Amino acid sequence: MSRPKAHIVGVGESRYTRWGKIGDVTEHALACQVIKRAVADAGLTMDDVDGLASFSEDRNEAVFLAAELGLPALRFGNMVWMPGGGGGCAAISNAAMAVETGQAEVVVVYRSLCQGQFFRFGSGRMGLSPTGDPQPPTVQRANSMTGASVGFVMPYGLLTGAAAYSLPTRRHMHLYGTTSEQLGLLAVTFREHASRNPRAVMGDRPMTLADHQASPMIADPHRLFDCCLESDGACAVVVTTQERARDLAKRPVEILASEQGAPKGYAFGPFANANIADELYATGGGEEMANRLWGKAGLRPGDVDVAQIYDHFTGCVLMQLEDYGFCERGEGGPFIESGALSWHGGSLPTNTHGGSLSEAYIHGLNHVVEGVRSLRGESTSPVENAEVCLVTSAACVPSSAILLGRR
Amino acid sequence: MSERFFPDSMPPPMAETITLPWWEAAAEHRLVVQRCTSCEHTRLPPAPVCPQCRSEDSDWKEVSGRGEVYTYTIVHRTIVADQELPFFIAVIALEGAGGVRMISNLVDVNSDQIEIGLPVEIVWEDMSADLAIPRFRPVENR
Repeated sequence: MSRPKAHIVGVGESRYTRWGKIGDVTEHALACQVIKRAVADAGLTMDDVDGLASFSEDRNEAVFLAAELGLPALRFGNMVWMPGGGGGCAAISNAAMAVETGQAEVVVVYRSLCQGQFFRFGSGRMGLSPTGDPQPPTVQRANSMTGASVGFVMPYGLLTGAAAYSLPTRRHMHLYGTTSEQLGLLAVTFREHASRNPRAVMGDRPMTLADHQASPMIADPHRLFDCCLESDGACAVVVTTQERARDLAKRPVEILASEQGAPKGYAFGPFANANIADELYATGGGEEMANRLWGKAGLRPGDVDVAQIYDHFTGCVLMQLEDYGFCERGEGGPFIESGALSWHGGSLPTNTHGGSLSEAYIHGLNHVVEGVRSLRGESTSPVENAEVCLVTSAACVPSSAILLGRR
Repeated sequence: MSERFFPDSMPPPMAETITLPWWEAAAEHRLVVQRCTSCEHTRLPPAPVCPQCRSEDSDWKEVSGRGEVYTYTIVHRTIVADQELPFFIAVIALEGAGGVRMISNLVDVNSDQIEIGLPVEIVWEDMSADLAIPRFRPVENR
């Protein structure tokens, strides 16, 4: 007999903008707004909430938000490992574990980003470098394990995701003949989905493959349109027990299975680790995790009706398609060329909101929101009778994934 | 001072006690990898425990500084002012290092010359009296 599964019962979002454009509210105030919206969407009240979970060294600490929102008690507050977008689905997973084990009953997972008020996420250095450049140049003291790891490669100018994730993508091209045009088709498909989504930052900016190929090279093979947006905005997801989920406002979405972690020796992934095993290097690093996820849910890749795949860079999506077994290793390019990712008749409609490439970059929690929408029948690019949705977090870093099911 | 490829204002390394000896060897133009004294497994970046046999004992093995390009990217955005573009980041598979690779830069090279498998050798760039950064150039451009 399977144990009772946690459910997602509410979602909430703010407006999404280009980075730096939300300056009229502070980042934690925006977090409060979307938490309230998600709780209202569920048909619950703030007095029902007793847990908060986030990821990626969130500046908006659960203890402060709980006080600001007047929660009766904070029974569960949780943060997933490290900076980066690998922990979004893990935060959902941790919330699910909390409600399934009775640590809490209603946990809200949240993400709020107002980058203009802090530092621009994609600018490099990750807020880690010492302030000011020392003269003469000399070795600086790292103040964290992440600092020591990234600090080992910083002198080579490896500071941005665009450059770091070009390294495995370039090797994938070398091994399998993957092309820039195949990556471009992926970006064009997600832009088409965004054009149908009024929330999407790039919704009114159509893109052709020729536009993609003409976009400036940032870090070869990543052109500008291979890179995700940098956005301001926030969203939140409410997780509760099967029992509580029964009588709420919206159709509940079951968390069928969740997995998180990293393969052996992965550390921070190719951003700072040149010594990932050869057979893992030109992958998203998620294959073992994917296999555990399928096993746990008793499902196969072919059972997925719609997918929301973390898209920080096009190459990382392509490698995830292989990691999760939607095609053979090395076949991601031809799979994209087949039109598989299109909401309209594709075999694996993917990022029906437009993804981080075209809707907004909220570190992938907006992919969970879209996953819920697609199973509720609320997506602007709906997949008819969708019953199973895969949501993944960032590839090429320690990551996580969930399988959602329509009840 | 050695030939210069990057401006002084490039980000300096950040190190902790375990990684600092690697930079001290670099300052003497010695490229080293950490070697487990129990099982001979080699590793980078330096770390407190051998991931193969879990021994905490290690020493430093100096390597030749030759190797080949494992993968690379050609970067068209500056990190700091006064930097020449494009610049090249590569993963180098080091010769005689037990399979260890390292991230570095390619210098003295044209974009169209770079390919996976390209044989390279080390070039030390002295950023200051205390800091030398290992970069790599194609053997054929020596």
